[in-house]
Amino acid sequence: MTESRNEKSPHIVEYKTYVYVWIALMVLLGLTIFAARVEVSRYSVLVNLLIASIKTLLVLAFFMHLKYEGAFLRWFLTSVLLILSAVIMLTFADVWYR
Amino acid sequence: MENLEERDTLASKYGMWFFLFTEILFFGGMFLLYSIYRSKFPHEFHSAAQEENLVLGSVNTAILLTSSLLVAISISAVKKGRNGVSAVLQTCTVFLGAAFLAIKYFEWHEKIVRGIYPNAPQLDQMSNGTKLFFGLYYVMTGIHGLHVLIGMIVISFMVYFTLSGNITVRNFSKLENTGLYWHFVDIVWIYLYPLFYLVT
Repeated sequence: MTESRNEKSPHIVEYKTYVYVWIALMVLLGLTIFAARVEVSRYSVLVNLLIASIKTLLVLAFFMHLKYEGAFLRWFLTSVLLILSAVIMLTFADVWYR
Repeated sequence: MENLEERDTLASKYGMWFFLFTEILFFGGMFLLYSIYRSKFPHEFHSAAQEENLVLGSVNTAILLTSSLLVAISISAVKKGRNGVSAVLQTCTVFLGAAFLAIKYFEWHEKIVRGIYPNAPQLDQMSNGTKLFFGLYYVMTGIHGLHVLIGMIVISFMVYFTLSGNITVRNFSKLENTGLYWHFVDIVWIYLYPLFYLVT
């Protein structure tokens, strides 16, 4: 009767889940350093950005709780990222074909 | 009395996310500028990035990732009613943020004494691509550093609220939203790190 909604049963993520995510992030950090040092220079930028994106997904899903949120925030985030990529692509199109 | 308070935690969480969306577009503009200039001056960016200290950059990445872990756990701790644990973890986060900025200070200092800073006579004699690289470096890491500083200040307030009983097992959205902000700042660094330190 006195509880405000959404706070009835807060979703609690276990400490150990977060620790596992942290371990994964550290492994990815090691991987990205390795990828940068090893001479595959043609692809190392791409690989490093890919690893950064995997790290970001882990942070978003677990630390920022998106895994446990409704679809609304996820779709909103997706649309923001689409707007950003549209801006990037349009700018590149302008720069390349000027 | 406190139990009668009506709060909309969902709305405050959405509000925080909307703010973060504007931050994504804000930093996105700088990342866009970086990619355009990198595509125009690939060789200059390549050799300029070798000036960066990979060890310090990697340590700073580890520091921020670890601080994100502590914030995440501190929120779970509050939800379990362990405010003391939470306050300790938040305090550690503030110290990790300070360590991050201290390392950043040494990196900047080391460059500035060698004459690599905007408008420096030495830098002016270098190629345009090099100037752009370091210009972007100072702007992007500087604005990111400012975000770290703001995060540290806000988390310090959260430590106070957690200890004073303002943040409770029933009322933790302040802390949750602060956590979202801190994780966002972490994500920005996750991208800055490969772009400035690993592209050599």
